[in-house]
Amino acid sequence: MYSMDLGILWYLVPSVLMFACGVYGFVTRKNLIAILVSLELMLNAADLNFVAFNRYLFPGQMEGMVFTLFAIAIAAAETAIAIAIIINVYRAVGNTDINEISKMKF
Amino acid sequence: MDSVGNIILYFVVAICMVVFSFMAVTSRKILRAATYLLFVLISTAVFYFQLGYQFLGAVQIAVYAGGIMVLFVFSILLTHKPDDTSGQIESHRRIAGVCASVLGGAALLFALFTMPVAASGCSLAEVLAAGPDITMKEIGHTLLGTDKFRYLLPFEAVSVLLLACIIGGVVVARKR
Repeated sequence: MYSMDLGILWYLVPSVLMFACGVYGFVTRKNLIAILVSLELMLNAADLNFVAFNRYLFPGQMEGMVFTLFAIAIAAAETAIAIAIIINVYRAVGNTDINEISKMKF
Repeated sequence: MDSVGNIILYFVVAICMVVFSFMAVTSRKILRAATYLLFVLISTAVFYFQLGYQFLGAVQIAVYAGGIMVLFVFSILLTHKPDDTSGQIESHRRIAGVCASVLGGAALLFALFTMPVAASGCSLAEVLAAGPDITMKEIGHTLLGTDKFRYLLPFEAVSVLLLACIIGGVVVARKR
């Protein structure tokens, strides 16, 4: 089993590590754009999982690939809107630190 | 058995991916974090190429590395003054972050190594030979067909979503 064959786990383990890095950044970052970078990491890990499962478990089909295509498109839309909101927040508040943006919290 | 070149490529790309994703969330300069994210995205595209999804790798490079990274760099340059020290981003709640990522990652790894799929160790060459080559014609029929396992309706829904995103971006970010 652990010969030098590239099995499915070889692709899932880097994906898990990438997702864990994304979670760490999402919790610890204070800058809105840095939080968005961590979010992209987590989305990317999920996309890699889709593709690996499609290739190893259902090689005759292409559902995982199509889902990844749609996920990439939706991630692009989400990032564009998020960056528009961040630029607007920067105009209103003057920086992009999450501790400064507490006006809508309560 | 997989070829030695494939295994060497795998190790180079996987190490790049993990190291750069760690540096992307720990770097203290926001522009560097964005650049490391670009390297992670390109490594993922190489994995897609290696798994036989050439179209997906091209889309990953074109949309992520080409489009989203430009958006990131523009927004970083728009929201940071170059003269002050706001390029430095410090972290907070380190312990909570380490707990969440380590516990979550450990749970995921445990689930991975105990799942029954992991025991069926088939190599990349076998699965690449088992599935047919994915041609552009097949991708086009899948995205624009209306039969079972064809995705015309989500495709059109994504186009409506992108239109809403364009309008929303203009409305949110315009100057009053």
